[in-house]
Amino acid sequence: MPLRETAPKLSPDQYEKNFAEISPAMDSRQAAIEAARCLYCFDAPCIAACPTHIDVPAFIKKISTGNLRGSAREILTANILGHSCGRVCPTEALCEGACVMHEKGESPIEIGRLQRYAVDYVLDNKIELFSAGAPNGKRVACIGSGPASLACAAELAKWGYDVTVFDRNELPGGLNSYGIAAYKLRTADSIREVDLVRQLGVKFRQKMVVGADISFADLEKQFDAVFVGVGLGETWALNLPGEDLHGVYGAIEFIEETKVRPFNEVEIGRRVACIGAGNTAIDVVTAARRLGVEIVYLVYRRGEPEMPAFAYEYQLAKQDAVSFLWQTQPIRVLGQNGVVTGLECVRTQLGSPDAKGRRSPAPVPGTEFKLVVDMVVRAVGQKPATDFLKAIKGLEVNPDGTVKINDLHQTGNAKYFAGGDCTNGGKEVVDAVAEGMAAARGLDAWLGAPRGFS
Amino acid sequence: MADLTVKFAGVTSPNPFWLASGPPTNTGGQVMRAFDAGWGGAVWKTIGEPIVNTSSRYGAIDLNGVKMMGLNNIELISDRSPETNFREIYEVKKRYPKNLVIASLMVESKRESWHAMVRRAEDAGSDLLELNFGCPHGMSERGMGAAVGQVPEYTEMITTWVKEVARIPVIVKLTPNVISVTHIAAAAERGGADAVSLINTINSLMGVDLATFAPRPVVGGKSSHGGYCGPAVKPIALHLLSTVAKNSRIPISGIGGIGYWNDAAEHIALGATTVQVCTAAMHYGFRIVEDMIDGLSQYMDDRGFRTIENFRGRAVPNVKDWGDLDLNYKVIAKINAELCIGCQLCYVACEDGAHQCIESYKESAKKNAGGFGVHVPRIIEDDCVGCNLCALVCPVENCITMKEVDSGDAPMSWNDRVRQSSATLTLPFPSGD
Repeated sequence: MPLRETAPKLSPDQYEKNFAEISPAMDSRQAAIEAARCLYCFDAPCIAACPTHIDVPAFIKKISTGNLRGSAREILTANILGHSCGRVCPTEALCEGACVMHEKGESPIEIGRLQRYAVDYVLDNKIELFSAGAPNGKRVACIGSGPASLACAAELAKWGYDVTVFDRNELPGGLNSYGIAAYKLRTADSIREVDLVRQLGVKFRQKMVVGADISFADLEKQFDAVFVGVGLGETWALNLPGEDLHGVYGAIEFIEETKVRPFNEVEIGRRVACIGAGNTAIDVVTAARRLGVEIVYLVYRRGEPEMPAFAYEYQLAKQDAVSFLWQTQPIRVLGQNGVVTGLECVRTQLGSPDAKGRRSPAPVPGTEFKLVVDMVVRAVGQKPATDFLKAIKGLEVNPDGTVKINDLHQTGNAKYFAGGDCTNGGKEVVDAVAEGMAAARGLDAWLGAPRGFS
Repeated sequence: MADLTVKFAGVTSPNPFWLASGPPTNTGGQVMRAFDAGWGGAVWKTIGEPIVNTSSRYGAIDLNGVKMMGLNNIELISDRSPETNFREIYEVKKRYPKNLVIASLMVESKRESWHAMVRRAEDAGSDLLELNFGCPHGMSERGMGAAVGQVPEYTEMITTWVKEVARIPVIVKLTPNVISVTHIAAAAERGGADAVSLINTINSLMGVDLATFAPRPVVGGKSSHGGYCGPAVKPIALHLLSTVAKNSRIPISGIGGIGYWNDAAEHIALGATTVQVCTAAMHYGFRIVEDMIDGLSQYMDDRGFRTIENFRGRAVPNVKDWGDLDLNYKVIAKINAELCIGCQLCYVACEDGAHQCIESYKESAKKNAGGFGVHVPRIIEDDCVGCNLCALVCPVENCITMKEVDSGDAPMSWNDRVRQSSATLTLPFPSGD
């Protein structure tokens, strides 16, 4: 069933231009100049601000001396996904936000781009920096192949563990491959990074659903421990009338379409409304505009100050000429013949701040209005993967659906460890990496640290 | 408005800014363009028997993206005949009678050869002569340049030969590649030199290409030592200038690391009457003199100096032997917490590289724009020795300053202590130059 009206198709060149990397690679001269700006702070605040605590001044110093291999080793030792983090990290809220240059009245060092410059060098030149540890005879399964699992698997492989990753998708990489706007990270680059982990001897078994294609009992029999890095499930429903019409998408599902299909084959309406104002919503509205959508509305119940998206992300949406409808709540998806034709909304009034300090919105009667749109995208967060988690005996979940873990990242079932979005409720790639690595240390400690170094 | 004209060894220069002998003064065309740009004088590229140069010839040191902090060359004197050079000097002087042309000369160490060359330079209309006793490479192996300038007796002898026939003032250019430049300056003065200029370039090897192990600048995979110049050499030049200024009665033309008006002003404050510039002109062209003239005039106006003589040599008496410095004078570091950006470079410099007088603090009331804490270190004032290192490494202007504190003791130098304490066997601190 086609959408009522679709966005006009663009030329292949135009799609490529629209989805060109937003933060282009540095050439060696740019990198040298930027690296020279770094003050090499003692006990640098950028290190503390990074969840994986990459020694930023150390890797930048190595760039300035031309030691790119050493620089990449510094980065990837702390964060095996340094490549994608260099592209997708909200650096202005992390390392670059902590940079002392702000206080000096200058722009912060472009840490993300420098990181990418160093890591690109070893990937482009196929330089192998790490090797698998001497086999220690222990086998670990990782469920899911997103950032948390990849980080956990790489760490364990370096210590001699025999690691197998089970993943339900065709391609490995999890959200790095499927869930990040293409102008930030291309699927091919995510796969290139997965190969770093593969080089350590980690085996990937794609299109394998644990619990269906292999039973939990078999998994427990074959492996000494299991890491659960399954992330979150599908996007929450809005529970609005008309939500089942054709043309209503979940945000993650929509982004996935833009990642796995050629741009001209992505189903996209001429006018699109996106509900929600988090970072994923920004990915949706910017991707939509870049696919040629005429008008994109970002519909949010609260006001601009309450917007959860990072300032940098908000800027991206503004640059892409997205229309922001603040204090606007959707009440009904309108349709005809089973296809979306519009979104009915109502203005809201903000009450006093709740426990989290956020002001709760209340509809203002009589302010209802209709938007003419051909597509509606829900970007209101993802559900926990509750059904999957329930199948693991003894594993406990918190009230918000996240997996309960101890200091070792161990779940209620001692054999299972967990990290990433399924334990933190949905954070950045770099947080998932930090947690995957922490879980690897916990798992290793629980097994008595049988590390084998080659 | 300040008057920049100077009298140097009896000759008037429109301003103290001269181009030093080198590639920028190789031809009449260059020198005329330089005079149009505002240069007061030009020391012609050294004239002698034409030589053959290598390719390549120059090497440089960059620092953190700043190009040419230091430059070296293995180029020799003019590769053009004396006839050509003297004809062009004549043409230039005809068109620019007020600007000074200084003929730089280098000939084999024979009395009659020097006599002949001096006469030709004078006949061409040169205003002054500069004897190149300083080139550290290529010519010295042939018994010229630094081979002369490193031996006081040779310096005096050849200066005497030149003065036997010269009717215009003679400058002797001094090499820094000696144990004591004052001995050479004194020899030149004994030989009758009307002035000295310093420094010539410093012997150097610019580096090694780590892929091919060829030293730089590379000539077919090999290299040779050459003369070092540029911003990096200014402190060496200033030191040698100050020692000559203290001990000499004849005028000095200061050379070494001058790229801006303030570099020139420092040379003048240490006794130079004129200054010579080469590397900066090689880097940026002749127009750099515009701000040299403007900036120096502004400075002089601000300070109430009407002429160069008003402040020339003013810093010379303040250059002391170490043994005469007041050991009871004390400064300590102060950190301006408002300006501090929390890089803690002062902390690690003091802790690892100096005297362990700064404390690092994790907690800080100060937050940056992104809400991240700014760790402002603290000076342990009782321990601070006042070494300056923290202020030198601090990347923020005026954040760390050195404040004078009263030590409560009367001034006392090392030499005072030695004089007062007859019981000790300590020798007086040797006076260096």
